[in-house]
Amino acid sequence: MVELTLPKNSRVTDGKTWTKVEAAAPAREYKIYRWSPDDEGNPKVDTYYVNTDDCGPMVLDALIWIKNNVDPTLTFRRSCREGICGSCAMNIDGTNTLACTKGMDEVEGTIKIYPLPHMPVVKDLVADLTNFYAQHRSIEPWLKTTTPKPEKEWPQSHFDREKLDGLYECILCACCSTSCPSYWWNGDRYLGPAVLLQAYRWLIDSRDEATGDRLDDLEDPFRLYRCHTIMNCTQACPKGLNPAKAIAEIKKMMVERRV
Amino acid sequence: MSGSINQLRTPLSKVRGLGSAKEGTDHFWRQRLTAIANVPLILFFLWTVISLNGASHADVVARLSSPIVAIVMLMVIIVGIVHMKLGMQTIIEDYVHSNRTKIVLLILNIFFAFTMGLGACFAILKLAFGG
Repeated sequence: MVELTLPKNSRVTDGKTWTKVEAAAPAREYKIYRWSPDDEGNPKVDTYYVNTDDCGPMVLDALIWIKNNVDPTLTFRRSCREGICGSCAMNIDGTNTLACTKGMDEVEGTIKIYPLPHMPVVKDLVADLTNFYAQHRSIEPWLKTTTPKPEKEWPQSHFDREKLDGLYECILCACCSTSCPSYWWNGDRYLGPAVLLQAYRWLIDSRDEATGDRLDDLEDPFRLYRCHTIMNCTQACPKGLNPAKAIAEIKKMMVERRV
Repeated sequence: MSGSINQLRTPLSKVRGLGSAKEGTDHFWRQRLTAIANVPLILFFLWTVISLNGASHADVVARLSSPIVAIVMLMVIIVGIVHMKLGMQTIIEDYVHSNRTKIVLLILNIFFAFTMGLGACFAILKLAFGG
């Protein structure tokens, strides 16, 4: 059955409150999920105070500030710090988003940070995305053709190229998929919004010659049809994309090829 | 797939699982078709029930003896039951993950839908043909 409560060993308890580095400096309170496979015990929520005079404006700046100045054991992924790599996806103030593009001033009061929901946790804010990446691999996200390769390139009209706008920008941060209740309950079989958006990106590509095969592989009560247009995906996407619409377009293609 | 945890299988093998069922579109299409049909049908049903509020058995028999009323009422039952069966199937697939329980519930769902549907159709036909 669906899990409505956390398993006993995943229940979050109160953690340590780290004292302010400089007592007089303007501080912002952070409550951050902590769990390490090396320690026994349940996950904890630690409280930190970030000196906003000494720190950049984004939530990621604060995490880096904490790691440098307060607690070097705090673990999170980050790379580009400008919303293009998708590494720092996490749950901030109740919404999945990128720490690097989320401004501290967008959150009122204490800033609460958890790892992406309903995923196995590697450590602290690092979620295990193995299954997510395997699902992306399973839709074969590359151009598939049988016609011999042209000498230069596969031509595409401006009109057809525009169809990829709103799709190619996806950075596979997993914010949308891990915000989706259907993905929480059936993530082993449902591909989830991010992967389905990527699948649609190849279905709609005018140069691709495997559209029918791709639709065959997706036509499944679990892989595709677990989407019930809950729309959390579209609300969460930090890049402003619309995975729910991409999934609806796939369903339309499914109907179109049989009527 | 769910329930069979094998750490030695590759992530891709787990994701590919038993492959695509190559169905689901029929379910999707019928659910929407019955939803559209239900809009006028349920309005007709509500209107019929409200207008027969407090009526005698003979009045109901008289109303349902009209072929149009009887046929539309049968459509209400058939379309409604099909929609209910499809919706309940979705809920079971969403929330029940043990394969054995899931199959038992899916079977019971079909049996329940057939029994309720046939019972209701019989009742309408009985009234339509004179009660």
